[in-house]
Amino acid sequence: MTGPALHQSFEAVVLPHLDAGYSLARWLTRGRGDAEDVVQEALVRALTYFPGFRGTNARGWFLQIVRNTAYASMSLNRGFPAPVEPDEETLRDPADDPEASLIRRRGRADLARLIGSLEVELREALILREFEELSYKEIAQVTGAPIGTVMSRLWRARRTLAQAIRREEMDA
Amino acid sequence: MSTDRSTCPMTLLVQADIDGELDAGRAADLILHRADCPECQAAYADLMMLRDRLRESDLRERAPDSLRRFLAERSAAAVPQAPVPAKVARLSRWRGGASFAAGMALAASLAFAVFRPAAPDPLELVVDAHVRSLQAGHLEDVISTDRHTVKPWFEGKLDFAPPVKDLAVQQFPLTGGRLDVLDGRPVAAMVYRRGTHPINLLVWPAKDTADRDPVTEEKSGFTTVHWVQNGMVLWAVSDVERAQLEEFAHLWKSTP
Repeated sequence: MTGPALHQSFEAVVLPHLDAGYSLARWLTRGRGDAEDVVQEALVRALTYFPGFRGTNARGWFLQIVRNTAYASMSLNRGFPAPVEPDEETLRDPADDPEASLIRRRGRADLARLIGSLEVELREALILREFEELSYKEIAQVTGAPIGTVMSRLWRARRTLAQAIRREEMDA
Repeated sequence: MSTDRSTCPMTLLVQADIDGELDAGRAADLILHRADCPECQAAYADLMMLRDRLRESDLRERAPDSLRRFLAERSAAAVPQAPVPAKVARLSRWRGGASFAAGMALAASLAFAVFRPAAPDPLELVVDAHVRSLQAGHLEDVISTDRHTVKPWFEGKLDFAPPVKDLAVQQFPLTGGRLDVLDGRPVAAMVYRRGTHPINLLVWPAKDTADRDPVTEEKSGFTTVHWVQNGMVLWAVSDVERAQLEEFAHLWKSTP
């Protein structure tokens, strides 16, 4: 292998997981600007670590770096965000029917607010499982928690969300 | 889980089942248990409701293009500072604590690696990938018997479009796909079945685009058949009988 082959493979290895990394950062930080900063820094770190990357499970490897970068940045700067409020951009809906779109948007905003209000450990386990579809083992790798802890965090996250949804449905 | 009284110890298994983390035997036991346990029934209903809501909500965001550009620029900029072959770079982790003698040995192996790059054996890589995929929950990232679902799933995840074919009529049904990485290169893995035996078909673009006829090789109790077709390298690997895997390769090759 030559130099160019190395850089091509860094981009080729990370690019398929860039959306997953950004999505995770988005749920761990305060907003888009923070998420973008975190992923940029994670990319710089990943490039440094890349020579030691063994070529298995690139997604878990990259997400772990993003997650650790997000934690470092949050603890250095301002502490973890309280509820993550989704901005309008996130919730924009291309549906034609304005009424249906409004209802759906409200449902999504509520759900985003509920997820954002979870403790960060519960939130990251839920995001990694439900949106990124990582296995328990991969979540354990990314978050540095034992598999049993991953299972109970997922359980608590889901129980909290399901109860909140049922409650809001009853109020509605 | 709709109430706070979470007393049945099996509810965590209900969750594990929904997450695809139970083996078939325990999943079957759980179905029997759930029939008699209202708490597990409620937990199951809540988990499925939540999953539907989350999937519908589509709250996952795509990375902005500025990040894609940043990745491309940083990768390109890194080349002059790191013109080290990946194989050698891996060895460099040992440099810190190495004694002088070890350093000399390392220097020799570095020289060897630089001037005579030893390509990793694809047979070994493919068989390793197959064994990895057999661990619970690692076989498929997208589960579908429909090639029109599997094919678009790969889009945007790879820098090439793998050909996806359905061989259900010929008794090799497609069951899903996933991404795998062989020697640092992302590849498409399509999963087929013959009876209860999974067949992995790993695909990546060929350097030399000339078609090549199937070759059968065996390693560690697994059979592989590999060929080059329309600019793609294809490796089928499975524990099915050799003749069956060769039949699979033949059918796949001749199906348009």
